[in-house]
Order: sequence, then structure tokens, then C-alpha cells
Amino acid sequence: MNAGALVLVVVQVAVMVVLSPLLVGVMRQVRARMEGRAGAGVLQPWRDLRKLLGKETLQADGTSWVMAAGPVVLLGSSALVCALVPLVGTTTFPLVPDDLFVVVSVLLLGTVALALVGLDAGSAFGGMGSSRHMTIAALVEPTVLVSVYALSIPVGSSALSAIVEARIADPASIASPVSLLALVALSVAVLAETGRMPVDNPSTHLELTMIHEAMVLESSGRDLAWLELGSWLRLGALLGLVGSLLVPWGIAGDVTVPALAVGVLALALKLGVIGAGLAAGEVFLAKLRLFRVPELLAGSFVLAFLAVTASYLVVQG
Amino acid sequence: MSLIGLVRLIRTTGRVAEPAPPRPDPAPGRPAALAGSVQVRHVDAGSCNGCEVEVAAAFGPVYDAERYGARLVASPRHADVVLVTGVVTHNMAEPLRRTVDATPRPRMVVAVGDCARDCGAFAGAHGVAGAVHDVVDVDLEVRGCPPEPDAIVAALRQVTGR
Repeated sequence: MNAGALVLVVVQVAVMVVLSPLLVGVMRQVRARMEGRAGAGVLQPWRDLRKLLGKETLQADGTSWVMAAGPVVLLGSSALVCALVPLVGTTTFPLVPDDLFVVVSVLLLGTVALALVGLDAGSAFGGMGSSRHMTIAALVEPTVLVSVYALSIPVGSSALSAIVEARIADPASIASPVSLLALVALSVAVLAETGRMPVDNPSTHLELTMIHEAMVLESSGRDLAWLELGSWLRLGALLGLVGSLLVPWGIAGDVTVPALAVGVLALALKLGVIGAGLAAGEVFLAKLRLFRVPELLAGSFVLAFLAVTASYLVVQG
Repeated sequence: MSLIGLVRLIRTTGRVAEPAPPRPDPAPGRPAALAGSVQVRHVDAGSCNGCEVEVAAAFGPVYDAERYGARLVASPRHADVVLVTGVVTHNMAEPLRRTVDATPRPRMVVAVGDCARDCGAFAGAHGVAGAVHDVVDVDLEVRGCPPEPDAIVAALRQVTGR
């Protein structure tokens, strides 16, 4: 069991490191095509990463070790999330639970590391980005917790792999009102957490409206490469989690080569479809005013709360 | 515009990017590390904004410099190319120097437009500190007043090699 779980963790992290830059490439390409552009190709994020790793890493005057450590912590926490979330298979270590509270706390670790990177250089935009980032994180984490909690009540376990296994065993539960409400709430929270439209504009050049981009303004070279890869991994893992909960088929129940191969293919397919759909949807959206964002997130929290209430009221057939 | 109107517009417009012209020869002394991916920081050192319109067009859908791997970024720390337009005014000489210093190596400085190359129409004016090469080392120049977007894209392609 332990060896199997170890193999699965290595496979999941390796696959996500390869796939998440491609996911970002697909999303940029879809957006470019809808804007009438030719697009840079899906491999462009990989080219950007390779170039950043070959560049000099500059430290602004007055920065501390946080500037170098933060990106590594973000990358590590994102890789840990990729290892914990059931993306390719549901086999887990007996002693390391893939509990939703563990996943959310690991996510928060990366969030705090990123906010510290934004603060460290002492520039106005970095501090503004960090403050906005933490505001949104504080509004998003309860929604993530409550929505997955709603999904965990019918299963009787807050382990994500147990939830996914139960959904494979009983596909009818996916279309239940509890599940749908919770998934909608979780999707809005994921969009806010990963800095997508309508909460943050990932391709903006306007410093005053930035959230994620403002925090990384002072990072360069290798540090920037880790920050970018960490954010992409986080986007991939969270979209993958939504995919695993919405369409749990193809996820390997045991660790064998054919099952893992099917799991990896299914993951690539799900991420591709969700990413392309999200990018297409973003074309039609404008960024929300910052002071409207709490309203959106409060709405998603209400949905998650209704899901929890419903899960106690609706008897699962 | 309504959602359906926007969907119809996207469908009827299709692709507006023009076919790619033949690939230019790579610039001499181009750092190999920049192949395929170039982040561009644009500095307006005192331009009349004619060149800015052309730079915006070069990154717009029709000329689409992004398809060759060039992208505008918000910070010189992220950049590989500092793209300078306009004559360098006294007030912008020091910010320009600092921007280039804040750009991690390997980096290139591209002077766009006649003003950036040799002060153009503003030569000898009282606020002018000089052309871009008087303030920082220039690796590549683009002629024209203003230069056509094609010329700007061609210069960036000489750096990306795509």
C-alpha cells in the first residue's frame, strides 16, 4: 500500500509539472484565437520557464532572504497539493491523510509565502497586491472548506480520495442538489484563489488593478520561474480537483500501469476541456471592481452553506 | 454588447492576424538564452506618442507579435528587452538608466523610431538629453518616424528567432 501510494504521488507530481504549463498554454491559445490572433502556441509557457531559468536573478536593494525563500515555499506547497489531491488515482498513505483541511492549509501556506514575497521589496504595488491577495484568501478559504465539507457529509469522511471513490461508486450522487451547489461554490472559490477573471486579470499591465501580478513585480530569473510554475501548478491542481469531483471516471482505484495510464490520460483530457472552457468564458467577462469581489465570494459562500444545509435535509437515496 | 452579439462577432470575424512574413535573420550578438521567448518592457523616454501607437499596433491582433514569443510585461525585472521610444529627456535619463539596470542579464536594448536613434525632429531642443545611445548601450535600432508595426515586429523576431 505504501509503495503504491509513493508511486502515485511521484506520478501525480511529475504529470502535473508537465501538464500545468501546457494547461496555461492551452488557455492563452484559446483566448488568442477568440480574439482573432494567431497565438504563441501551447508550448510558450514552457519556453518562458526555460528562458527564466537561464537568466540572472536580481535582488532589489533592501530585500531579505524571504525574496528567495518565498518562491521555493510556494512551489513546494503547490507540488504538495498536487500530491495530496486525487488527480490520477485514489491510493493514499495510511498516515498522511489527503484530508480537505490538510489540503486547504497547504494551499494557505503558499498564499502566505506569495504575500510575503510581495511585501519584501517594500514597493507600493507589491504591498497593495499582498493586501488584496490576503483579503481574497480570507474570503475564499471558508467557501472551499464549507463546500467540500458539504460533499463529505454523505460520504462520512473528509478525505478527498474517499469522496471521489464514493462518487465513482454512486454516479447519481454527482447530480444531487447538494453536489451541484457545492461544486458551483467551489468553482467560484477556485477562480478567485487562482487569480482568474472576474476576480483578477492574469494578463493585465495596469499596476493599480493587479493582484497576483503585483506581488511578483520585483522577482526575476529563477525566483520568477518558481513563482510562475508554483501558480500554474496550483491552478492545475485546483481545476483538476473540480474535474475529479465533477467527472470522477478514469481515476485509478489501484496502482497498476494500465490504470495509471488511463488516469493520466483522463486527467489531461479533463484539464484540457476545463481550461479551454474557462478561457473561452473569460473572453466574455470583465474584471470586477475590487469592492464588488467580496459580494461575489459571499454569494459563493451562501451556495456552499446551502449545500451543507441541504446535505442534512435531503436524504440520500 | 450582448453575449449573443459577442459570440456572433467572434464567429464572423475569425482570424484577423495577417500571415506571418518570412523569418528575418537573427540579430548579431543575440543571446541564445532568449530564443523563442522574449518579454518586452516598454519605456517612453520622451516620445510624441507616435511610436506608442505603432508599438500598440505591433502587439495588437493584426500584427500579433505575441505569436513569435514576444510579450509586453509590467516590470523590467521580468523583461529581456527594454524597448525605448522617443528622445531621452533630462527627466527620463536617470529612470531609463535605472530601468536598464533593473533588467536581468542577458538583456537587449531596442531603440524604436528616429527620435530614439538620433533625436529626429527634436534634435537640439532644450529639454533633450540626447538619443538613447547617449544614455545606455543600444543593441538594435528600428528606423522610421514613426516606424511601421511590421518593422517593430521584425526587430523583435530578430531577437526571438521565430
